[in-house]
Amino acid sequence: MKRYDLVIIGAGPAGLSAAAEASKCGMSVAVFDENAKPGGQLFKQIHKFFGSKKHKARIRGYKIGEQLLSEVAGGVDVELNSPVIGIYPEKEIVVRQGEDIVHCKADSIIVATGATENMVPFEGWTLPGVIGAGAAQTMMNLHGVKPGEKILMLGSGNVGLVVSFQLLQAGCKVRALVDAAPHIGGYGVHAAKVARCGVPFYLSHTITKAEGTDCVTGAVVSQVDEHFQPIPGTEKHFDVDTICVAVGLSPMAQLLMMAGCEMEDARGGHVPVCGQYGETSVPGIYAAGDVSGIEEASSAMIEGRMAGICAAAYLGFCSEKDKNASLTKLSEDLNDLRQGMFAPQNRGKMIKKTEEGIDISQTLLAEGHITTEEAERFPGVVHEVGVHPVIECTQNIPCNPCQDVCPKHCIKVGKDITALPQVDTNIQCIGCGMCVASCSGQAIFLLDENSEPGFGTVTMPYEFLPLPQQGAKGTALDRSGVPVCDAEVVGVKTAPAFDHTSLLTIKVPKDKVMDARFFKKGELEDDKCK
Amino acid sequence: MKRITEHPILGKIEKGRAVNFTFDGKKMTGFEGEPVAAALKANGVMIHRYTAKQHKPRGIFCAIGRCTDCVMVVDGKPNIRTCITPLKEGMKVQTQYGTSAKSEVKKNETV
Repeated sequence: MKRYDLVIIGAGPAGLSAAAEASKCGMSVAVFDENAKPGGQLFKQIHKFFGSKKHKARIRGYKIGEQLLSEVAGGVDVELNSPVIGIYPEKEIVVRQGEDIVHCKADSIIVATGATENMVPFEGWTLPGVIGAGAAQTMMNLHGVKPGEKILMLGSGNVGLVVSFQLLQAGCKVRALVDAAPHIGGYGVHAAKVARCGVPFYLSHTITKAEGTDCVTGAVVSQVDEHFQPIPGTEKHFDVDTICVAVGLSPMAQLLMMAGCEMEDARGGHVPVCGQYGETSVPGIYAAGDVSGIEEASSAMIEGRMAGICAAAYLGFCSEKDKNASLTKLSEDLNDLRQGMFAPQNRGKMIKKTEEGIDISQTLLAEGHITTEEAERFPGVVHEVGVHPVIECTQNIPCNPCQDVCPKHCIKVGKDITALPQVDTNIQCIGCGMCVASCSGQAIFLLDENSEPGFGTVTMPYEFLPLPQQGAKGTALDRSGVPVCDAEVVGVKTAPAFDHTSLLTIKVPKDKVMDARFFKKGELEDDKCK
Repeated sequence: MKRITEHPILGKIEKGRAVNFTFDGKKMTGFEGEPVAAALKANGVMIHRYTAKQHKPRGIFCAIGRCTDCVMVVDGKPNIRTCITPLKEGMKVQTQYGTSAKSEVKKNETV
């Protein structure tokens, strides 16, 4: 029977981070994962992450995955296609590898098995064509196959919002985004990216039927009352071939239960009772990432590192002094991420004002976008002569790349990274566009409100194909995806530093610069300019 | 076209070599190493199996080997999770009825 100082179960963001720390301390480490490839869900995350530099903000998830893999390369035994089927007394671990059952012995264990998608049953929910949002991500971002052509997304949390945007990027049509809650659950900036492409949001609505006999041919959506019951007579029909379900995640803590860890119902599911650094009630067994409570990949990576260091110290591979120094720093990093409106302690709370005391946009919560009028009350929205940023960042989210990348330092978030960014009008913007490309929420635009008599320009982040060329004529859309005016592309910028976010500059009538936030090339089928 | 050839973030989608396989005897092509389910999806196949008792269709659901909704008979072996089984040249993929490759219930007998 093979022996390891540390066995980690799960090669996702938490597990790999734990492995990196533990192997640095000199431990012999094995990571078992049931999948054929390591990285967990990271390689499906093609959007730029939030946070600050130390949280790998503005780096796309799959690239963070590559970085993590290179960090563990050589020092760690990563065993793939190896589901762990049991943890037995004395830290004996049983793994299925091919047709074999393999036993091994660990002196410490970190369980980083992540989470599984929740589901909601409705009439027809078992039909082919009803899929998890994760399945959609897997098919399009890993395997290059569109999950469907016309999609209905159920769930407006970050997963529902991010996957909706990714579906649009893959060339699918998203017909509607539906959520039974009266307010959008995820980040407003994620919703805004989807809304400006013209995807309608149906809050206080739920799906009541998936239509079809062999597979999905349509969906029926109904409004719900305050008890989340469908209201008869409010049915709407959608012509879709795919229904994506994104209604939350549940921790997969079965192995911890089996190992005898004390459990509780908290943090999004049935989770182990954990200390600050993932210590379970069983000495030498730790939990890290979503398995110990649903959060996201950035915090999972920090939790993984904490657990890795604790396991090393538990077996004497790391001094108490070094352990405490590392944990103090990591705790600060984690604490930074657990701030703001979407912090774990604010889950389910209705927040009406920002930390700065500004009223939250109610349109954003109900329809997925702010209005031109509401935009004016936020500190990132200014009006200056010449090119300048307009930052439509209106919720307190831990994120500050805009401040870091501005070479002229005209964007200020401050030390508290959940603060709304402010534009310093005393410093002249040089129009480099780094802020536009770096904003993980795609909420920054460069405006020149009077570029030539009667006209202004709007520079926006653009992550779709085909990329319009300079001189292309089309229509400017507002934040809700409604056409506002004719527009011409007067600039297209791509650069390695922008990391696949192109900067599209369009020319619009002067009075439309605060409305135009997206561009569609050519004549619209249904041209009804405001 | 169900396959994404070029992606705004991921660029050109790299696949393995093209291989032939059959689905219920019908010739299809896919790419070596991609999940059988992905190749079927790209060929427009939605139904992977019918449930044993009620003969209800099932297809891809989780796509990561967790839910077992997408199981089929692959090279004569039933209950193969097609979403995590790599496609190989000459694979024989069949719709699964209950736990076998042949329907034991006639359609007019379904509940």
